[in-house]
Amino acid sequence: MTPKTAAAIVAHEAAAQPPRAPRAGARDLIRTLGMLPVLVLLCIGFSLASENFFSLQNLSIMTQQASINIVLAAGMTFVILTAGIDLSVGSILAASAVVAMLVSKLPEFGMLGIAGGLACGLLFGLINGVLIAFVKLPPFIVTLGSLTAVRGIARLLASDTTVFNPDLPFAFIGNGDVLGVPWLVIIAFGVVALSWFILRRTVLGLNIYAVGGNPEAARLAGIKVWAVLLFAYATSGVLSGLGGVMAASRLYAANGLQLGSSYELDAIAAVILGGTSFVGGTGSILGTLIGALIIAVLTNGLILMGVSDIWQYIVKGLVIIGAVALDAYRRKGSART
Amino acid sequence: MSDTAPPLLELRGISKTFPGVKALRDVRLQARAGRIHALMGENGAGKSTLMKILSGAYMPDAGAEILIDGQRVAIDGPLAAKNLGVSVIYQELSLAPNLTVAENIFMGRALRSGGMVDRAGMAAACAATLQRLGADFGPGATVSTLSIAQRQLVEIARAVQFDCRILVMDEPTTPLSTHETDRLFVLIRKLRDEGLAILYISHRMDEIDELADEVTVLRDGSYVGTLTREALSRDVLVKMMVGRDLSGFYRKEGAGHHTGERALTVRNLGDGRRVHDCSFELHGGEVLGLAGLVGAGRTELARLIFGADARTTGAISLDGSGADLHVEQPLDAMRAGILYLTEDRKGQGLFLDLSVRDNINVMVCPRDANAVGVMNGSRALQRARDAIKQLSIRVASARVNVGSLSGGNQQKVLIARLLELAPRVLILDEPTRGVDIGAKSEIYRLIDELARRGVAVLVISSELAEVVGICDRVLVMREGRLVGEVGGTSGHAITQENIVALATGASAGASAEPQRSSAAH
Repeated sequence: MTPKTAAAIVAHEAAAQPPRAPRAGARDLIRTLGMLPVLVLLCIGFSLASENFFSLQNLSIMTQQASINIVLAAGMTFVILTAGIDLSVGSILAASAVVAMLVSKLPEFGMLGIAGGLACGLLFGLINGVLIAFVKLPPFIVTLGSLTAVRGIARLLASDTTVFNPDLPFAFIGNGDVLGVPWLVIIAFGVVALSWFILRRTVLGLNIYAVGGNPEAARLAGIKVWAVLLFAYATSGVLSGLGGVMAASRLYAANGLQLGSSYELDAIAAVILGGTSFVGGTGSILGTLIGALIIAVLTNGLILMGVSDIWQYIVKGLVIIGAVALDAYRRKGSART
Repeated sequence: MSDTAPPLLELRGISKTFPGVKALRDVRLQARAGRIHALMGENGAGKSTLMKILSGAYMPDAGAEILIDGQRVAIDGPLAAKNLGVSVIYQELSLAPNLTVAENIFMGRALRSGGMVDRAGMAAACAATLQRLGADFGPGATVSTLSIAQRQLVEIARAVQFDCRILVMDEPTTPLSTHETDRLFVLIRKLRDEGLAILYISHRMDEIDELADEVTVLRDGSYVGTLTREALSRDVLVKMMVGRDLSGFYRKEGAGHHTGERALTVRNLGDGRRVHDCSFELHGGEVLGLAGLVGAGRTELARLIFGADARTTGAISLDGSGADLHVEQPLDAMRAGILYLTEDRKGQGLFLDLSVRDNINVMVCPRDANAVGVMNGSRALQRARDAIKQLSIRVASARVNVGSLSGGNQQKVLIARLLELAPRVLILDEPTRGVDIGAKSEIYRLIDELARRGVAVLVISSELAEVVGICDRVLVMREGRLVGEVGGTSGHAITQENIVALATGASAGASAEPQRSSAAH
């Protein structure tokens, strides 16, 4: 008995509505919480395996070691959210560290070494961004090229030596603390907080998610896609610069060849472990933080247990593969098919 | 040709259901060897679905019978179809441009000699076929160097190489020039005379006139009828394709809300490829329909107006001012108050991983944000909640991911996003595609309400009943040009028959002149 009038048709359809979707809040929570139980389990596991794990001293060491990766991973989060990638963060870190050290050694400049490092990072980030946003080259290729070229520049700037500065004016960043909390940790959490604010509370943040989720729809909605991409890569560059300043201040030195080598892998791993998807559009900075902590806990815990260097690599690699597989499985069950 | 032998191909009781929609309903078809059998129907009538079932790409619902030479067969995949002698040439040719002609012809069936690929053997084998078909290239040519017409020839060669008996061609002449079309027709007739059964899907009346021995018409997924060449007449065909409409469904309050003032004037707009020399006027409070077959260029025209694609000729002006707007990107159109609802809501409209609130607010939040760019969260939520209520979007909360909503509700979210910007001109591209009846009715009410408020609305739709029901005036496009107008002051009534006649060219010569804008009306 088919309804004949329009009103009847509407009523008929209304009666046959599909069930409502589960509360989005709960699903989002499960997503971000997704890795937190893993972190907690690892902490519990390691503290059982080694009594030194939960000591204040070890926690301090661990979080300091994680802080540079957290800063890099924050920048990487912006980039991966736009469905891109930045392989050059380690090299930019090295070049920025060298610049920071060189500037700090100049008389009258001292503290401006920090600005020098950040500016160096910003410059390389902008170059990446211009090539990706305007020349429209694929991010993987562009940042792969930067990875190599900037590493060379870092070595060049340092004349392939190690730049020392025993009287480093901003050494407190890498070695000092405020009320017991190391500066490195303060900076790392500050970066996370600022990133969270930008991503969740500003128009730019929404645009980043939009461009990553559906770049064509973003363009048709009037979003300046080039500006969003430029911002993402510039941010990644600046934060790599900050990482360089942090690393140099810790060591009182910077070496163009070795510093920051393979840091990009840990940064990417942290972002993916944290739930940000490679295809862009989903993810969060808090997830990245958890991801970075997982890596830090893994590295630290394995060392404490006396596991050899080689096995550390293998375990870390397997964890990353497992996380990506989990990410794919999670996406399969989501609405975007 | 004796008709007492069973037909080469017989389809009976073919139905196909997709989630939420029945694409085919008990369709039947008979094709005989040595005959060209045309398949006609409106957009969405089910022609492509039927051919995909025949080619093994889709599986029909239970109860389907496919008979070849009178024997029941099961086509459970593309390979099975090929083995039975069925070859389909789709509009989007399925060739690998980086491989040679011979490699493409033998794709999946490469010849081997001593465990290695036998390229020489393959080349020799298809050289004869290519010559027979009158190809002006050899088996060694790389497909990327060939023109569309030549690539089509490769597809036909592939079919013929493996003893195809039933050749299906889906709108093959769309990308071809007149000359290439003539050559194709010569070839098709030749293949027919060699005993193939040819199934030819087309919209174009003149092609049907030239080629078809028989014509089957589908409408809304159902079989309407078959005409032989002798009984063929354009009027009868149009009537079969169109059928009756549900005119009671689309109530329009009164005679429309036309304010008489020009809201948008388009002059000689074109992009040199898909859209040529289009001119028209859109008035405040008017619901103007843009009809035509798939591929006629309607979406392309809309995208030119909106700045999503680059135009090569023409000008767009607002409110009769005469000054060209210089729309080069969507942002320019938006600033001028022209908004566009994409026909591809999932691919080009919505952000499926973001919430309803974010999707609704994404274009308007810069206006609500403070100087530094911090969003106004409470205002955004309020906007979303108001929109949900006004458009009756069925969703648990504004924070739900838009990807989990039904088609109709997703469409409403997208419309809500545009309405937040209070457009002057609103272009809706297939606003009710994939939308359930309840939501459709609500969207029509909304369009009417917008017109009442003075918004100029341009509706692109392939659903004729809808176009006839809700539009005050309808422009018809064919092959990139505006070929006619019905309703308004054109003197032609807005009926499905009139629209189809213009869209297919059935009334070429007797149709209304292409609409030209002129200041003195």
